[in-house]
Amino acid sequence: MKEIFIGLLAIASISAALALIIELAGAYIANYGEKHILVNNKKDLVVEGGNPLLFSLMSKNIFIPSACGGKGTCTYCKVKIHEGAGPVLPTETPYLDKDEMKDNIRLSCQVKVKEDMKIEIPEDLFLIREFRSVVEKTEDLTPTNKGITLRITSPEDGILFKPGQYVQLQVPPFKLSKTSEFRAYSIASNADDTTHVQLVITKVENGIVSTYVHDYLKEGDEVTIRGPFGDFFLRDSQRDILFIATGSGLAPVMSMLYQIEGEEIKRKTTLFFGDRKPHDLYFQDQLIYWQKSIVNFTFIPTLSRAVEEDSWNGEKGRVTTLIHKHIPDNTPLDVYICGAPPMVESCAKVLRQKGIPASNVFYDKFE
Amino acid sequence: MTQIDMPTLFFAAIFTNNILLTNFLGLCPYIAISKNINSAAGLGVAVIFVMTCTAALNHLIYYQVLVPLHLEHFQFIIFIVVIAAFVQVVEMTIDRYFPALYQVLGIFLPLITVNCAILGASLFMIIRDYTLLQSMGYGAGSGTGWLLAITLVGAIREKIQKTGKLPKGLEGPGITLIITGLLSLAFTAFSGLIKIQ
Ligand SMILES: Cc1cc2nc3c(=O)[nH]c(=O)nc-3n(C[C@H](O)[C@H](O)[C@H](O)COP(=O)(O)OP(=O)(O)OC[C@H]3O[C@@H](n4cnc5c(N)ncnc54)[C@H](O)[C@@H]3O)c2cc1C
Ligand code: FES
Repeated sequence: MKEIFIGLLAIASISAALALIIELAGAYIANYGEKHILVNNKKDLVVEGGNPLLFSLMSKNIFIPSACGGKGTCTYCKVKIHEGAGPVLPTETPYLDKDEMKDNIRLSCQVKVKEDMKIEIPEDLFLIREFRSVVEKTEDLTPTNKGITLRITSPEDGILFKPGQYVQLQVPPFKLSKTSEFRAYSIASNADDTTHVQLVITKVENGIVSTYVHDYLKEGDEVTIRGPFGDFFLRDSQRDILFIATGSGLAPVMSMLYQIEGEEIKRKTTLFFGDRKPHDLYFQDQLIYWQKSIVNFTFIPTLSRAVEEDSWNGEKGRVTTLIHKHIPDNTPLDVYICGAPPMVESCAKVLRQKGIPASNVFYDKFE
Repeated sequence: MTQIDMPTLFFAAIFTNNILLTNFLGLCPYIAISKNINSAAGLGVAVIFVMTCTAALNHLIYYQVLVPLHLEHFQFIIFIVVIAAFVQVVEMTIDRYFPALYQVLGIFLPLITVNCAILGASLFMIIRDYTLLQSMGYGAGSGTGWLLAITLVGAIREKIQKTGKLPKGLEGPGITLIITGLLSLAFTAFSGLIKIQ
């Protein structure tokens, strides 16, 4: 009896002693205390040290662009850190070129705030806000794309964005993820309606956020979004406009077309939309309506997997085929491409061959 | 107590009694992390450090605390918690004070907590009645042996990836186990040279 008692006591005390050591180490070694982040030489933020800069700034309502949710894969979160960043980490080196390293550009999701920092970010990032919203409508647009319409409940004035920009959609922890995650989704709706945003979300096999949206998100749920982000929006010029989109890449183009309709822009505008089968086409009614209502607008869908039974009379093949077919060499054009990265790259290549300068080609890759 | 001096024990633990290639301990991280030689070496260095220190710590705790209280049978559980706690504290310290080192070792440290070679080294030193000094030599040697084994196999795997074509079923763990078997044959050839217990 006595042995058992001594045994238990000894084991318990050794474990307790070790736990105490870890706790003390946590309190003294891993506790970085409060750190100051001086932003653009004017805003002084006090944050708890030890966390990635991206999330420390987020806790102070400064939202750095990020599409991957801080996993270190999208490279959108680059900021200039003048002081306090420490050496460049192995997780950053693949994404930073020599000039960027010389300029103290770093990935804010990888750099932890361990010392006081001085950073520089573009002024317009101060305008990015966090919004609470309610899912007003969900609809199955195609077998793989879901449309969700969010009504912004606070701040009440809603979101001011440029058509083409994206928001971060945050979803709670669930079966696929122990942490709350966010990803980038482009706004498909009309920018004039500041209290609603519509997103089109493609189901990605085992993808965290897209699976949540497809399988768990219901009408009436509350979700948080942040934005607006991104530089994919219409540029002022006299050139004709060509939109090229596949899959959910149509979303930002829809928003831009609302703008073209609303502002009565007369530039000759063409949309190439590509997918596989007739059931992959969506927003058709609106696009066909715009063919009549927008003065100079043409919509050309193309399907790469249409077969006899589909009785499809439209274009067949990929969007790159459409460029070859419909765009003469050296046409003065502004091109906006949006969708999966391989499609964007192959279109950009064909356009280069066609003599369209890279400075007139704008794109968003949905990575 | 064995009459073998510390330097001999150190070399014996590397070559004649390699903990990985003759005792087959620490195989999981060895198979998982040996895809490329740099991470293999990083993990190996971390193992040397942790093995040496935990052998010493466990030696002290075993002979100063467990033996006087007649609690030797608790060695397993105690060694495991000591290793886990040690690794945690070391990780925090390195993260804070040696950022450059943390870049090399940091991501590997948590992996080591569950590396059975570490526990193995501590248990062997008890079974074989090593002194504190011998234990440290043995720990450092075993760690170095482990590093040697994982970098060898890492280099071979890198080479295979660059030059050879493997049947689908042999890729990854399959071929690694076969290479390990061959390496192990080579190492067991040394095994009669020095008796370490
Ligand atoms: C500017 C921008 C705008 C965008 N706009 C849109 C839009 O309007 N509509 C839209 O649908 N998408 C859009 N995206 C893409 C979107 O942000 C997400 O990348 C996409 O929805 C996938 O996110 P996820 O969380 O579902 O997948 P993730 O969890 O991020 O996974 C991505 C991929 O990695 C794989 N993967 C994940 N974890 C593992 C693992 N452990 N092992 C192996 N593989 C793994 C998944 O299978 C999947 O293929 C946009 C992206 C950018 C950059
Ligand atoms: S947030 Fe995507 S790389 Fe940093």
